[in-house]
Amino acid sequence: MDKFTVFTAVAAPLIRPNIDTDAIIPSREMRTVSKQGLAGGLFAGWRYREIGSREPAPEFVLNQPAYAGAGILLAGDNFGCGSSREHAVWALREFGIRAVLAPSFAPIFHANCVRNGVLPAELPVAPIAALSAVVEADPVRHVVTIDLEAQEVCAPGAGPFRFAIDAESREMLLGGLDAIELTLKRQPAIDDFLSRDKRERPWIYLT
Amino acid sequence: MAYSPDSQTGADAARVADGTLFDRIWRQHVIAESGRGASLLAVDRIFLHERTGSIALKSLSDRGRTVLDPARVFCTMDHIVDTMPGRGDQTRVPGGSEFITATRAATRAAGIRLFDVGDPDQGIVHVIAPELGITLPGATVVCPDSHTCTQGALGAFGWGIGSTDAEHALATGTLWAHRPRALLVRCDGHLGPGVSAKDLCLALISRYGAAGGRGHAVEYAGSAVTALDIEGRLTLCNMATEFAAMTALIGPDDQTYEYLATRPFAPHAAAWDRAVNHWRTLRSAPDAVFDREISIDATAVEPMVTWGTSPEHAVAVTGRVPEPPSGASREAHQRALSYMGVVPGTPLAELRIDGAFIGSCTNSRLSDLRRAARLVDGRHVAAGVRAICVPGSSAVKRAAEAEGLDRMFRGAGFEWRESGCSMCFYAGGESFGHRERVVSSTNRNFESRQGPETRTHIASPETVAASAIAGRIADVREFFA
Repeated sequence: MDKFTVFTAVAAPLIRPNIDTDAIIPSREMRTVSKQGLAGGLFAGWRYREIGSREPAPEFVLNQPAYAGAGILLAGDNFGCGSSREHAVWALREFGIRAVLAPSFAPIFHANCVRNGVLPAELPVAPIAALSAVVEADPVRHVVTIDLEAQEVCAPGAGPFRFAIDAESREMLLGGLDAIELTLKRQPAIDDFLSRDKRERPWIYLT
Repeated sequence: MAYSPDSQTGADAARVADGTLFDRIWRQHVIAESGRGASLLAVDRIFLHERTGSIALKSLSDRGRTVLDPARVFCTMDHIVDTMPGRGDQTRVPGGSEFITATRAATRAAGIRLFDVGDPDQGIVHVIAPELGITLPGATVVCPDSHTCTQGALGAFGWGIGSTDAEHALATGTLWAHRPRALLVRCDGHLGPGVSAKDLCLALISRYGAAGGRGHAVEYAGSAVTALDIEGRLTLCNMATEFAAMTALIGPDDQTYEYLATRPFAPHAAAWDRAVNHWRTLRSAPDAVFDREISIDATAVEPMVTWGTSPEHAVAVTGRVPEPPSGASREAHQRALSYMGVVPGTPLAELRIDGAFIGSCTNSRLSDLRRAARLVDGRHVAAGVRAICVPGSSAVKRAAEAEGLDRMFRGAGFEWRESGCSMCFYAGGESFGHRERVVSSTNRNFESRQGPETRTHIASPETVAASAIAGRIADVREFFA
């Protein structure tokens, strides 16, 4: 997986609370058993004039020319709530979004981001508003820079602000690490647990 | 103790929440610590379905990995499978049959038990997992599905994960997780006539917000919770994800053991006795300390219905569409009003409906159908209302038919379907219509969730039944007069 270290990109403000994974990618846009081909369905309900069409809705932020190539989303509270569908993160990533800044994230979405090299950075409402104000004045020139090592985000005239991310997720993103590989290194501990647990709770182990 | 999220770290939480039910289950499953705050937990049961399980199995096999212990992994067809009578592998969902055939092939190759289309045990994952005794008290249960928290009703620790974490669980039998804080939701008093578990969780979410449980494992307790049957408890725990909690659970009791005693995948004979002895230790100690506590007076809870596009947009059915608040949520509130086509001040009970849906992992079990059927029996759905009832599992459907509930629904003008998630969400196939107003026993009222621009009002199955008959959102208690 790609490492996430320092990232600079156009940032798009989409500041509404409770943006759910149905909004990020509607179920109707998940048409094959694949992690690819999902970017076209990203925010489909808001991005296109009507359901089923691909005609851009001009007012939607990601359709505005100034936000072309956006790589960062500035968002509201409880971002990514709802369905566990990892397709939401796959669609964001394929579209080019590498980081979401929000006051809080839904837990499953947060984990899905980290598994796919997308940074979920927690930042309070006020600094997000400050970044948005600067960005909206000139989205193309006022790009946002995120430094994960330093846990800071800034834009010309705003910040730097320190954002929050748990140590585990930070490490995984910085190193581009694969969780399964890391876990398999713990095999002796897993084996010890299983041999003990099979004696203590035999009914758990089906044959 | 006072709730102060900013001063709480995982280490603090571990110290103060000693002695809770969740704490006991968590500690039983810790294999290792990362040293950076996460714990490696043993996963006892993994469920998959054709929507998100198919991709997890495919990705696992593409990477040359295998399922560690297929005997503890189960899969069902619920999300995409058609619910029309006489169904097969064809669905109205674009690309849907590929999900079904891919899931069938992948589960066969991995040696995983599949509850396939036509299997007598097929059904919605969160309905069949308890029904078959696959979920057990004290067990860790994961599924790439956000409503896995439902399983906590049996005293299990169930949580929803993404497909990549499902791969991890399949390959290693473990998952990394951060320990949530412990939140006690105490519901004392008793639910009145026409008020059920769905109303209780909507009341909670409307009061504390759709992010109100974030970072927490909820334990539901109190007289109104112990009075619920297991199916009501499943409804209550189901919507913990709409509360942004990692999970919810209820201490197992004699009702739990009675429910599980004859289930096919539950332990039997000597193993059963031993398991029950262990399960009886699974309760919060009288002096257990929670990180946070909430009290709800169940007696004061009224039938609830949502007016907007978040589960937190819920009011009593006797209430009115609220005015937009000042502050940060004003714009979202106004957007919800506009999407839903409702005006502040309008009584909910004046809203005419086009559709009524009874089903989903929240409210599709036998007791749900019984309560709804009793209301529609001998009456008829109002003109112009399309009403649908989708049992949560094939077993629920058979049991309902054995006691004649299907005849009551059909006689009242409801469609009677095969089991599955059905129109809880629109996946490009079946849906309610453009801007149609639907009252639904499901869990999400997001924009276009049930159809293109469909306006969903979430409520209990009895409120859905009463509304279908009235042709408008209705207070079920009017039917008792």
